[in-house]
Amino acid sequence: MKSFTYERVDTPAAATAAFARTPGARFIAGGTNLLDLMKLEIETPSHLIDVSRLKLDTIEPTSDGGLRIGAMVRNTDLAADARIRRDYGLVSRALVAGASGQLRNKATTAGNLLQRTRCPYFYDTNQPCNKRQPGSGCAAIGGFSRLHAVVGASEACIATHPSDMAVAMQALDATVETVDKAGKARRIALADFYRAPGSTPHLETALAPGELITAVTLPKPVGGTHIYHKVRDRASYAFALVSVGVVVQPDGSGRVALGGVGYKPWRVKAADAELPRGAKAVTSALLAGAKTSHENAYKLPLVERTLAGVLAQAKG
Amino acid sequence: MAPSDDFPISRRGLLAGGAASVATAAVARPAMAEAAPSRAPASPPTAKVDFEVNGTAHSLELDTRTTLLDALREHLRLTGTKKGCDHGQCGACTVLVDGRRINSCLSLAVQHDGDRITTIEGLGQPGNLHPMQEAFVVHDGYQCGYCTPGQICSAVAVLDEIKAGIPSHVTADLSVAPAVTPRELRERMSGNICRCGAYSNIVDAIVDAAGVKA
Repeated sequence: MKSFTYERVDTPAAATAAFARTPGARFIAGGTNLLDLMKLEIETPSHLIDVSRLKLDTIEPTSDGGLRIGAMVRNTDLAADARIRRDYGLVSRALVAGASGQLRNKATTAGNLLQRTRCPYFYDTNQPCNKRQPGSGCAAIGGFSRLHAVVGASEACIATHPSDMAVAMQALDATVETVDKAGKARRIALADFYRAPGSTPHLETALAPGELITAVTLPKPVGGTHIYHKVRDRASYAFALVSVGVVVQPDGSGRVALGGVGYKPWRVKAADAELPRGAKAVTSALLAGAKTSHENAYKLPLVERTLAGVLAQAKG
Repeated sequence: MAPSDDFPISRRGLLAGGAASVATAAVARPAMAEAAPSRAPASPPTAKVDFEVNGTAHSLELDTRTTLLDALREHLRLTGTKKGCDHGQCGACTVLVDGRRINSCLSLAVQHDGDRITTIEGLGQPGNLHPMQEAFVVHDGYQCGYCTPGQICSAVAVLDEIKAGIPSHVTADLSVAPAVTPRELRERMSGNICRCGAYSNIVDAIVDAAGVKA
């Protein structure tokens, strides 16, 4: 691990001010992904700004009937919150489908959104990777690609976003709240939060350098049946091959988002409208224009079959 | 790193001593070949951290890179907590921080200022075992024993998590408090790998300990 200096801050303003003072700094909260990447020298910050003690660890009602989830709320606490379990079951279900009990106790809401891909070539510093080292190439294309993206990928990168929670948040139209280096707050729809890889896969989100996530808000509850189904190589503690998150209303309408298929949680509004027509129609709309390798082509029928199972379960 | 006086000679100590000798031999050669005095590398940044481990207060000045796991093992000589993968994938390093289980390998020690840490040594000792330790012995919940401290720390926290109503992936109904069942325990313990495959006995031990606690 490269050496770094360390400071702990108490307020978001102090955090962004510290960043402005120290080029090359990174914020650290739970650290379960960042520290792992630092050990491998994939991340090499010269300074760490510890934001884990910021008073952003509560879940509060919003004026429009939704919830504001503080950036530092731990994954375990979010999954266990009575309001989340009652009104946003998809979020609870997605969270407990991810990682392990130990990691969920440490990982934060903001950190979960910002975790980086688990593409094995991103982790292997002996391999080219445009995300890790821009311009070096992509070893996943033409390589071991059964875990990789089938939609939204580019000639430069076919990595997937690994979060389960983000899939639920995407289905529920979450918004990310931030504060930037100048202290200016803004709101970014989660739908606009992740950047398509294009020719710059190392740029992953809409955040500017030094911009800090302070909260994630959920609009007022939408009711319906919430189901998150994750398909993986083992029954627990593994990343998704594909995952399907749905909210289905009694009349068969609803919303659907996918994990494990692209650089972001994958949601297509036109696909939501197809829900009453069944899994085949929805999958066609969701995965229109999919590009597969012989190793990950299985994801297309797997999405359709998983969705069919989920929709049957929603009918009860 | 020579064993300290209160740390009896062990296989581990001998191995560490051997490694230190090799390192000395390796750096001695270039120093002799160069006439100019070698410049000492700049010492890495450090930070101070105060925390409580198993009821004892500690104040350490650490290289900022030191993980909580390495602080416990290499600085406090609490070697009950094991380093397996060092990447949060195996659970051997599980400890309790303010009662919650975490992977100590994926946490910087300096981030734990003011925290109350419990390791396997703090749960119980021979002659005064924690009920979970006792149950692992009774049910033979191990073979080589390397993952066992992590398994036991994790298991103690799992029962607390179930008691606190925290749901798991296999909890059927999010509106109903989860119960201590083998299925719940297997899911909740999935962050602790046992390569000897003692899983069925581990589940038996936790079920037993849960009964003792109730």
